[in-house]
Amino acid sequence: MSLSVKHLLGIKELKTEDIQTIFRTADNFKQVLQRPIKKVPTLRDTTVANVFFENSTRTRISFELAEKRLSADVVNFSASGSSVSKGETLIDTVNNILAMKVDMVVMRHSASGAPWFLAEHIDASIINAGDGINEHPTQALLDAFSMRERLGDLKGKRIAIIGDIMHSRVALSNIFCLQKLGAEVMVAGPPTLIPKYIQDLGVKVEYDVKKALQWCQVANVLRIQLERQNKPLFSTLREYALFYGINRQMLDDMKKDIVIMHPGPINRGVEINSDVADSKQSIILDQVENGVAIRMAVIYLLSGKRDLEE
Amino acid sequence: MKTLLDHNQLNITLQRLAHQLIENHLNFSDTAIIGIQPRGVLLSDRIAALVQKITKQKHIDYGRLDITFYRDDIHQGNEIHVPRKTDIEFSIEGRNVILIDDVLHTGRTIRSAMDALIDFGRPKSVELLVLVDRRFSRELPIQPDYIGHTVDTIMTQKVKVYWAEEDKKDEVVLID
Repeated sequence: MSLSVKHLLGIKELKTEDIQTIFRTADNFKQVLQRPIKKVPTLRDTTVANVFFENSTRTRISFELAEKRLSADVVNFSASGSSVSKGETLIDTVNNILAMKVDMVVMRHSASGAPWFLAEHIDASIINAGDGINEHPTQALLDAFSMRERLGDLKGKRIAIIGDIMHSRVALSNIFCLQKLGAEVMVAGPPTLIPKYIQDLGVKVEYDVKKALQWCQVANVLRIQLERQNKPLFSTLREYALFYGINRQMLDDMKKDIVIMHPGPINRGVEINSDVADSKQSIILDQVENGVAIRMAVIYLLSGKRDLEE
Repeated sequence: MKTLLDHNQLNITLQRLAHQLIENHLNFSDTAIIGIQPRGVLLSDRIAALVQKITKQKHIDYGRLDITFYRDDIHQGNEIHVPRKTDIEFSIEGRNVILIDDVLHTGRTIRSAMDALIDFGRPKSVELLVLVDRRFSRELPIQPDYIGHTVDTIMTQKVKVYWAEEDKKDEVVLID
């Protein structure tokens, strides 16, 4: 029983059974993480390189902890201060790391598709830790895993993804993942931040955030990615907060309790107010906790692939 | 295919094993039973129930241990295992632990199980109970303390234990 893929590049390529296998394995790792000794010797003989061409706090610490709790050896690489600034190519950089006998590469890159390109040229298993505005598979897995903890089976559940859909790799991976698990997905936000034709993916589109909240059982609120916008797509942050930000009042006006999620980092007072982010309805920190278990599961399940290929 | 233990013989063997455990551990106040996932648990479920029935104890500490993350063969080209549940709801610190598995062959599973067990605390002692001991096929210096049935086998043979709970019959067979 292992995954149908050699790399975790995107959720798009996973089968529903793969996602279920990852969840079942993560359940066990979550249990390990609650023990006094939060570590298992499973990957004593494996070395993983975390190659980050783009900034990250959560994802990188989460991957590093996951690797260490599996007893793997870890090397960290970040583009700033490396030979990348001297003009070394992506393949050369990674091949040099692999030449030092690294078995698995976790990569974040600002170019969409970079991990697919790399997968064609190297033998090691690759885990995509976010590529440009394309996919962020482990985030989607931990989001769905956290929703499943709250709601049980996601079949038929209504989930709204709210905010900057256009620049978000989390949105795309979430859509694929949730649909594979049978959930109904809606995207909501200002028209300028929702890609045209996104309804072709089978998602509902809503421009009124209140209506989206009214419809959904879970609201996954995304960060406004100012760093990826090269021309302004809304006038001011204050205006965005006023029309699309989620505050306590909006949630109190509804007759039901919805679950609030956010993949972080939060722009407090922009897409979400502190009185929502820190409320009982929010499972933002559960998401972070589950991230380690999910990443342990992915690394463990892919590690078995390496000798089968040889 | 040869039957090693049929339904009746298996039941007698289980009774004997339960009595042998009680002989050494009396009322089980300092002792815990831990079955190894997945197949050892089917045996330990039976043994724990029998021990409890015979000793008339209201409660004995009984847990299940998954050893997937402690295996030494995940890079041997074998299919990767999806783990089962570990549930040990008590402390094993300073207790006598009886590990239970259905078939003892190379000893590698038990090696992994001891590693896994130690991560939960330092037991006073660890004993091993197996239903079938495939003697002379050990790859590690591990021997059982309680044995249901001993067989001499070669590597290519397989010993399969069927349980009514999962396989609709109680039987132990040797497959060539």
